[in-house]
Amino acid sequence: MDFTEEQIERYSRHIILPEVGGKGQEKLLNAKVFVLGAGGLGSPALMYLAAAGIGTLGIADGDHVDLSNLQRQIIHNNERIGMHKALSAKKTINELNPDVNVITYEERLTADNIREVLRDYDIILDGSDNFPTRFLMNDACFFEGKPLVSGSMFRFEGQVAVFDPTNGEPCYRCLYPEPPPKGLVPSCQEAGVLGALAGVIGVLQAVEAIKIVLGKGKPLTGSLLIFDALDMSFRKVKVGKDPVCALCSDTATIKELITYEAEVCEI
Amino acid sequence: MIKITLNGEAYSIEEGTTFAALLEGLNISTVGVAVERNREIVPKSTHDIALLEDGDIVEVVRMTGGG
Repeated sequence: MDFTEEQIERYSRHIILPEVGGKGQEKLLNAKVFVLGAGGLGSPALMYLAAAGIGTLGIADGDHVDLSNLQRQIIHNNERIGMHKALSAKKTINELNPDVNVITYEERLTADNIREVLRDYDIILDGSDNFPTRFLMNDACFFEGKPLVSGSMFRFEGQVAVFDPTNGEPCYRCLYPEPPPKGLVPSCQEAGVLGALAGVIGVLQAVEAIKIVLGKGKPLTGSLLIFDALDMSFRKVKVGKDPVCALCSDTATIKELITYEAEVCEI
Repeated sequence: MIKITLNGEAYSIEEGTTFAALLEGLNISTVGVAVERNREIVPKSTHDIALLEDGDIVEVVRMTGGG
């Protein structure tokens, strides 16, 4: 691949890194990354993935920009209130880096369409706002053989992990076998979330996706990283494969996607 | 009796206590949580049989779903 003069300058701080170089930057420009949710986590993740020159970014979000989003969803702004989030995110990315081809999905992904959408991408980021979608994403990534960079948050705490069961690593269900019953976990809208926490967790997801594309370093496969913003502490915990995981073990019972009762938790 | 640390607090428990019995005894709901022992998740499927050992450092990790 021949870089343009502009690309050599734009990505110079990457290219100068021995771990990236021209070859690594070429990998980034050829990579296809899908981000579910252009919300708190998706906003910072998408902006850094775009700045890094990820060549194709898929963005799915069924919501519209709301004033209450702007405390943390920094890819949007005041003028975009009412606009489809996926389209608002695309606009910001196009202004940031014209190298990035952005594909938008302006509807909620369901068991009927998610596998087909994910099939076109190399790496999947989950920045969704509810448990049914998180399990749907995990199962769909398993069936499609895609690595899943999971990020989530609640109040002052965030969690990041990479699930890659196709390569012998655990999946989300090895850690959390099932979604909590509806109503048992406090509503996120009522609970609140520290806006800047979304930046910490979303950017960690972007870092993991970039490392996976480059094939450098050690991603959070088989690990769960827990961040406590109040204590300003990170804890890294090992996650093994659950030998009887309902999805990814030899005794798996889940053979197709499950639609859990949706409980939208708009963080 | 053996001594463990649970969520940063010291506890004395009977030898031979399972993770399931520990959580039940302390009225900690197992819904939407994972349990780690010495920085390693104990799979939920083994909570009924896995035994706590003297000196274990145990943390209950709550699922976070927001994005």
